Amino acid sequence: MSRWVLKGLQTGIVTTRYPGGEEGAPGISPGIPQDMVCSGSHAEALALRCPTAALQREKDQISVLRERCVHCYRCARGITKPIQWERGFEWARIRSDAVVFPKAFQQSLHIRVIDAGDCGACLHEVKLMNNPFYNMHRLGFFITPTPRKADILLVVGPVTDHMKRAMLKAYEAMPEPRRVMAVGACALSGGVFGPGFVTGSGVGDVLSVDLVIPGCPPPPLAILHGLLTITGRKMALQDDKPAVPGGGT
Amino acid sequence: MMKAQELADQAQSLWPLDVESCVDASSGIVELCCKREQVPHLCDWLFNHQAYLFAGLIVEENTSRWDLFYLFVGQGKGGCVRVRTSAALEERQFQSVSVPVHAADWHEREAEDLFGLVFEGHPRLGDFILHDDTWQEGVEPMRNNFDPAAALSNRQPRENACPRRIVDVPGAFVMPIGPVFSGTAESVHFQLETVGEEVLRAFPRLFFKYRGVEKRAEGCSVDQALLLAERFAGTTAFAHAFAFAMAIEQISDREVPERAQVLRIFVAELERLRSHLSTIEGICASTGLAVAANQTAILEEEALRLSGSLTGHRYLFGLVIPGGLSRDCDNQACRQSVIKARDILQRLDGIDKLLINTSSFLDRIEEVGVITQEQAHSHGLVGPVARGSGCCSDLRRLQPYGGYDTFDFETPCEVEGDGYARLRILFAEAKQSVRIMEQALERLPAGPVFLAGEAAPGVVPVGVETPRGATWHWLRMDEERKLTRYRLITPSFTNWHGFHLAAENFAFQDFPIILATFGLSVAENDR
Repeated sequence: MSRWVLKGLQTGIVTTRYPGGEEGAPGISPGIPQDMVCSGSHAEALALRCPTAALQREKDQISVLRERCVHCYRCARGITKPIQWERGFEWARIRSDAVVFPKAFQQSLHIRVIDAGDCGACLHEVKLMNNPFYNMHRLGFFITPTPRKADILLVVGPVTDHMKRAMLKAYEAMPEPRRVMAVGACALSGGVFGPGFVTGSGVGDVLSVDLVIPGCPPPPLAILHGLLTITGRKMALQDDKPAVPGGGT
Repeated sequence: MMKAQELADQAQSLWPLDVESCVDASSGIVELCCKREQVPHLCDWLFNHQAYLFAGLIVEENTSRWDLFYLFVGQGKGGCVRVRTSAALEERQFQSVSVPVHAADWHEREAEDLFGLVFEGHPRLGDFILHDDTWQEGVEPMRNNFDPAAALSNRQPRENACPRRIVDVPGAFVMPIGPVFSGTAESVHFQLETVGEEVLRAFPRLFFKYRGVEKRAEGCSVDQALLLAERFAGTTAFAHAFAFAMAIEQISDREVPERAQVLRIFVAELERLRSHLSTIEGICASTGLAVAANQTAILEEEALRLSGSLTGHRYLFGLVIPGGLSRDCDNQACRQSVIKARDILQRLDGIDKLLINTSSFLDRIEEVGVITQEQAHSHGLVGPVARGSGCCSDLRRLQPYGGYDTFDFETPCEVEGDGYARLRILFAEAKQSVRIMEQALERLPAGPVFLAGEAAPGVVPVGVETPRGATWHWLRMDEERKLTRYRLITPSFTNWHGFHLAAENFAFQDFPIILATFGLSVAENDR
């Protein structure tokens, strides 16, 4: 066993400097399209290429509904004059002005994760927040197996009919104060799977959502940013775009 | 194993009145058409006497009749056989083949649940995909006339639905686990029946994550369906998108530029490496070996970042499109990727060397979760699980696709069938994947990565060896270039069917470890 200890020590520290410093390693984020001004016909062509209606066109202005983007890159590849993508990851957004996070949440958070039908990618990114690169424990965030000790219900997936009851039971088992966080395009709007005959159009259909994190899947740093937002250590994304139609707020 | 025509002739000589055969010219697949009563005999003959592997059952509701295709896989071009039987739509009764070909068990349960077909002689139909506590019997979502609105408004779930128990002895009880359990486990329910310490019967109850992908794909254009194919199982997205793109290309007789072909293999092996790292990490974590788990997690994150910087997306979404790739990866980036992959492999090797000298770790996986070769064969298991039990099938060798036949690599195989054998397979395959990446880099030709083309109507099954094993995508496209049937046979579906064999007769505390050594995805199974 001593060899393992040695191995661990030899590795040194790999943990990101975020949120204290910047994190800009390649491959940490899939990126997200940015708003663009272009000719009306090109804007229309771009909006038509988007399979999830994340690109909303108004005359010669394309505005991006981040909550709908699934990173298919169809607006960035195979087209002349592609949309510019930003490589950041601070995408978390508080659903409405009415949402206030309790003071008790400012230090440490316990999170119950619910897989409500995700493809495995979002869940995997949530799991990776525990790896040495992100090490969420250092920031006071813990994933708990029991909803009885959870402050945050973190939901991934479009909420399938079969998972709806289990999710609600977990929510009901949580003590007050409690808040709901929807992670990933499916949980926000149903993504490519919903709404359908066995899935809803995201968590908003069933529970009132407080914080949303766009992405398909959102990278671990985006989810960390969301958690930091809840504790008040980071600012949520400030924009005045309407919530996703049909996404349910 | 014999040639296509020979096999067709022999089947006809054995059952002269009942079996008609033909060879599909474009795909080289032998089709044996027979009466419903004859199907179990024919499947038995192929599976148990002709050494064909069972790939899956595809049910189609065509204009006026049922078409059932039982897909079997053999060696080389023309090595695939499909047994076809048809019946009028009013007829619902078919003969079960799950007694001679046990691998068909879950396929028949699925067809019963989603199409309302009845398989005579099947021991256990009913509650499977559509849970009885959410849906009433009689909802058949895969039928053409299925009305989602009516089904939703008219739902009458069975409130007292309760999964059935098998063990009936004094003191027996059920340990339920899930669907919401552990920290970040996927949603699945296990019913472990026991009288104390040992798990006597293990039932995984799946499909909590059923998203109806096959139904959603019906009527979709190629572009829309590609999103579904790629994203129903996010951790093996590239392999499934690859299979879908190849299916479209085969139906439409479309060319793929050579550079794109080589790059696809390059990226597919990168995904395999990453997926195996993830499974190894899961095994280390399940035994509580924190340093090993974290060391492997570092490698996995590096592989994800490598995928992200090479292709734009950490899980390789949006890369494959029918006709090639959506973007090029320049040679310099590929070279850097191989250097990085070699580095990852070297460090993985260091972890491997430490693991095999850690007796507390080996004690937890050696002779635990054993699957015998007979069991692996009868359940038709695939991928690293089957290769750990002496069933060494690998579609990259058996039915080479996308140019794999020109690459030099080995398919590792072990015979013990325990958790340790499966772990060794993962380590060995990770090495082979990097070897293939190196070869791909050497021969990477210049040129475009995409050729435009038109889709054409037709039907085709395409098999791909995903990191978890063989997947089959069956795709039918109509004159309007819309999908009319998209059947997904996934390795997780196949291997979950055999999972209980490994979990039974082992202690409770071994259960999470056995689960981790299987490395299954629930999303890939549930679709």
